[in-house]
Amino acid sequence: MNRELKRVVFVIMAMFVSLMISTSTIQVLAADDLGRDPRNVRSVYDSYKTQRGSILVDGTPIAFSEASDNNFRFLRVYESQMYSAITGFFSFYQGATGLESAMNSFLTGKNSSQFFEQVNALLSGNPVTGASVELTIDPEVQKVAWDALGKLKGAVVALDPTTGNIIAMVSKPGFDANKLAVHDGITSGNNYAELLADANSPLVNKAISGSLYAPGSVFKVLVAAAAIESGKYTADSMLPNPAKFKLPGTNTFIQNSGEGKCGGRATVSIADALKLSCNIPFAQLGIELGQNAIREQAEKFGFGKTVDIPLRSTASVYPKNMDDAQTAMSAFGQFDVRVTPLQIAMMSAAIANNGKIMKPNLIENVVSANLSSLFAPSPQEFASPISQSTADAVRKMMIEAVERGVSSNARIDGITVAGKTGTAQNGEDDPYTLWFTGFAPADNPRVVVAVVIEDGGGRGQAGRGNTLAAPVAKKVMQAVLRK
Amino acid sequence: MTSTVAIDIQKIAGVVPRKRNIEIWLLFFAFGINAFELAQIQLSTIEILTFDILTYWAPLAVAATVLHFILRKKASEADALILPAVVLLNGLGIAQIYRLDLATIAAGGTELFAFRQVIWTVVAIAAASAVVLFVRSHLFLRRYVYISMVVGLVLLISPALPFIGTSINGAQLWISIAGLTFQPGELAKIALTIFFAGYLVTRRDSLAAVGPKFVGIQLPRARDLGPILAIWAVSLLVLISQRDLGTSLLYFGLFLVMIYVATGRAIYVVVGLGMFVTSALIASRVLDYVGGRFASWLNPFDPTHYDAIGGSYQLVQGLFGLAHGSVLGTGLGGGVPQLVPLAESDFIIASLGEELGLAGMFAILALYLLIVSRGLRVAFNHSDDFSKLLTLGLSFVVALQTFIVIGGVTRVLPLTGLTTPFLAAGGSSLLANWIIIGLLLRISDTADSRERNGVSGF
Repeated sequence: MNRELKRVVFVIMAMFVSLMISTSTIQVLAADDLGRDPRNVRSVYDSYKTQRGSILVDGTPIAFSEASDNNFRFLRVYESQMYSAITGFFSFYQGATGLESAMNSFLTGKNSSQFFEQVNALLSGNPVTGASVELTIDPEVQKVAWDALGKLKGAVVALDPTTGNIIAMVSKPGFDANKLAVHDGITSGNNYAELLADANSPLVNKAISGSLYAPGSVFKVLVAAAAIESGKYTADSMLPNPAKFKLPGTNTFIQNSGEGKCGGRATVSIADALKLSCNIPFAQLGIELGQNAIREQAEKFGFGKTVDIPLRSTASVYPKNMDDAQTAMSAFGQFDVRVTPLQIAMMSAAIANNGKIMKPNLIENVVSANLSSLFAPSPQEFASPISQSTADAVRKMMIEAVERGVSSNARIDGITVAGKTGTAQNGEDDPYTLWFTGFAPADNPRVVVAVVIEDGGGRGQAGRGNTLAAPVAKKVMQAVLRK
Repeated sequence: MTSTVAIDIQKIAGVVPRKRNIEIWLLFFAFGINAFELAQIQLSTIEILTFDILTYWAPLAVAATVLHFILRKKASEADALILPAVVLLNGLGIAQIYRLDLATIAAGGTELFAFRQVIWTVVAIAAASAVVLFVRSHLFLRRYVYISMVVGLVLLISPALPFIGTSINGAQLWISIAGLTFQPGELAKIALTIFFAGYLVTRRDSLAAVGPKFVGIQLPRARDLGPILAIWAVSLLVLISQRDLGTSLLYFGLFLVMIYVATGRAIYVVVGLGMFVTSALIASRVLDYVGGRFASWLNPFDPTHYDAIGGSYQLVQGLFGLAHGSVLGTGLGGGVPQLVPLAESDFIIASLGEELGLAGMFAILALYLLIVSRGLRVAFNHSDDFSKLLTLGLSFVVALQTFIVIGGVTRVLPLTGLTTPFLAAGGSSLLANWIIIGLLLRISDTADSRERNGVSGF
């Protein structure tokens, strides 16, 4: 019988090996997928069991976890709506957005860089404390940007062109993340529904995402750069300058802003057209350059790509397969060109930083509970879309636009500012989208800024980029330069 | 006969048997681990050590020590590893049930299991001790083969009887007498193993006889298919009346393995498995309850099964728990195993997998393998065929039950109503499995003929 017994031993071994395979599959191979299943509440319980790390600005917490005496051991607290677009929220019921989501592994102490702490925690029985995330944001500049927008809807991005570090990022209106962090599910759910229903979309970080904006005339900077970079044009190349221009293949006429003739001569230089923000010369330049050349240049600036700062930006769009009329419109930032304020800031950053874009970044440092640095991103080149000489040429045009042109409200006494306004049309009767982008000091830039204001700043089609967006940008630049 | 003389001289000379010394040290080790588990649970959940630990630790330790001393007196050459391994599992089960009780108390619940489990443990070890004391030799049980059959069948059928039969969670596996529920199928497996062993030993020669040849395969004689048909009918009856695939698979699988080892004829296994699979497939079509279990097994994440009453919710929650445990587990008391329905009984293995991780699961599987392999070792070495078959059957039934239960929780098989031996909350299961251990210990005392001839071993 022992021969048969040996075979039974093999059967028993096969049964146990199959159990080892099944448990390994569940506990290791499929564990991540099972952990992400929305019906699995364990991951959420976990996140409330350990103290989540803080998000800090200049050493002061803007989001932190406070001991709580109910089943959830900690309550997430947010200091100010000023930062809601950056931090996002962390809610038991609604999940997480913003940095609360993007930096979750660090904040919960689950990042692989905290491996030794995790082992230590396992051995000592004490839970891992989450790491804290220190931002590149300057709280004073952030406050200035927040206050400067006032009741206007829109966004501000300010960054250091030499490092890509983001100095200020504001989206208005903000929201009170504490209302979603509450432990009561019904309250949290009602508050969330209310924020979702709000027509001003407070939950959207308008600086990097959302429904995107038509850039209007700020896009002329990119087209001018594309023209010069092509080698076929210089800043002084002359363009035809009629008072009216019939879009090819249509019966539609376009005009310059204010119905002016853009200097009043038969031709105008690219530099002057940018300074005076004329649509007709740029429309013709766009047709001459061709949509492919503009698109290639736009993509070098970052169009069509998302950027993780580590918040993920939406990719800006330069349309494809346009006819000449549409190409003409696109050259002054109309038709279906759609951008984020971050993309516009990156475009200006390339001009400011001799043709190079540094990767935009919000994270200064990630510090573990025992104060060791886990992650401190160093400046990184994102792209090199234009040559230094192109950057210099466009920079001069942008200086002219502010100092002597139509972007005059960004002037700062004693400092040379480079910039460009934009006033983008939306639908036939819809209010305009107002823009300013620029940098200062123009010869040695310390700050690049992009400002967008929705709904014509409350003035409908009477709102202008120079009247509403440029002053906001000016205040932000001044706040940086004061330092 | 020289060997028995040698033993007697040892006993007369008062020499302490080596195996029992190994056993007592391993027992101390197991008691230590059990105490450590309870302490860890208190520290991580209520954050203070209380004397409650003694309530859940001492009875098992004392009872196991008493059994150890009975073995010293009455079965000094019994296997030394089985008892400590079982104590480790039993203690781990008590600790985890206590841990789930603490979660229940924290949530305001009142249905507690750990203390009952402790009482049952003591009763079960007392029963195992009684087996060692009163089953005087390995041949003793051979006198009761046909009584065992009757007892086994009555126990097996009893849950389907009116008045005493009770259905819990859809499976009709319990009897309820005077307010106490009991799963008689657990005890039936012992009685039937004794019967199978006795029956097969007497009939093996005729069962092994060669019948007609069909396409190159030697078939058994038609009249020898009688017993297998009878057992098949009984397990089918169990499947239909008690609506549990696991119990039916357990008995049928046990019988097939035993008839194979007794006769050496694989054709019985082939025919038997074919019959079982066919009837299980038909049952899954015809019986809603069995069909539901199959569907939940194949597509547990499908919302229609997940949300159905008696659907895959429990299975999926168990998988979530296991996944949460990952490789090293959350630590005892660190997870949320109470989220799984019946975490203390049917899903105790998911609770342990969550808190002890894959490492703990492998350790638990290794303990079962150790117990089973020690039992099989007795079967290998025993010179008496009845004892050989009986120990094989008892060891295999533990292995198969473990496989069916853990396989059910980890989706190797459809989920069934069986319980994890030694770990799960439940008196009948503890009692039956400890009696099996008592029998294995008793028979192993007379097994090691090779060892006495100079081959060393524990």
